Amino acid sequence: MDEVLSPELAPPMNNGEVVFAAPWQGRAFGMARTLAEAGVFSWDEFRAHLIQIIGVWDRSAAMDADYEYYGHFLAALEAVLAEKQLLDAQLLASRIDALAARPHGHDH
Amino acid sequence: MSEISQQALRAEALESLLVEKGLLSEADIDQTIEFYNERVGPMNGARVVARAWVDAGFRERLLTDATAAIAEFEFVGGEVQKLVVVENTDSVHNMVVCTLCSCYPWAVLGLPPKWYKDPAYRSRSVREPRAVLQEFGVELDPRTEVRVWDSSAEVRYMVLPQRPARSEGASEEALAALVSRDAMIGVAKL
Repeated sequence: MDEVLSPELAPPMNNGEVVFAAPWQGRAFGMARTLAEAGVFSWDEFRAHLIQIIGVWDRSAAMDADYEYYGHFLAALEAVLAEKQLLDAQLLASRIDALAARPHGHDH
Repeated sequence: MSEISQQALRAEALESLLVEKGLLSEADIDQTIEFYNERVGPMNGARVVARAWVDAGFRERLLTDATAAIAEFEFVGGEVQKLVVVENTDSVHNMVVCTLCSCYPWAVLGLPPKWYKDPAYRSRSVREPRAVLQEFGVELDPRTEVRVWDSSAEVRYMVLPQRPARSEGASEEALAALVSRDAMIGVAKL
């Protein structure tokens, strides 16, 4: 309810509306849509994982817990890729570690 | 020193693996983001609403089969394979939610706002819609029936708001400018 929308509706970029609150959210969305459009998985297959992951959170998290929709979105993307045997969890974990170990202030 | 969140690292790691696998390129992702930022948004739904206000035949077609009715606009963005448009009247107020995740008719409304995806809206709009509407500033006559439509993988909903008073004679284009995103979700009146 705190998002600003100008009276005249325009494309999100032009009317000050935030589509993605952080760049990584856009990357996560962009990856999922790109892969779905390429037929790597169907959007329904992706959505089934998203619903399942959000459902687990809804049933278990405290009411005042922080809710990060795109965190669930990213987890669903990983799950559907793992299901298609296109993502190895170990490989992802070690890549995350490698990226985290970069020196601070790296330019990316 | 830049602080990079764990989620950002996850996304970056995943992207690098997918690029290496040749499943997509960085440019593909850039293009998709740009598309949803610049070409898909509620201005499309506003045009549909304005046309329904001025064209009774279109309004009828829209309420009967919205997916077929909006085909003439050739909107892009997807998620409207089965679009249902519900009409607000003096006696009925409609609002839309997706209780399970974030289903939303992108081609007419763009990507959903943050609050639409939050657990509070997803659960409370079904349990206590009037209280939620009040928080959005919508005051309803107690006799007005509130209908809550739960979007799903199969069906997406959009609200046809009531035409504002004193808008007689306005052009279709001018009318479209009166329509807000929130009115088409059903959490605002015009």
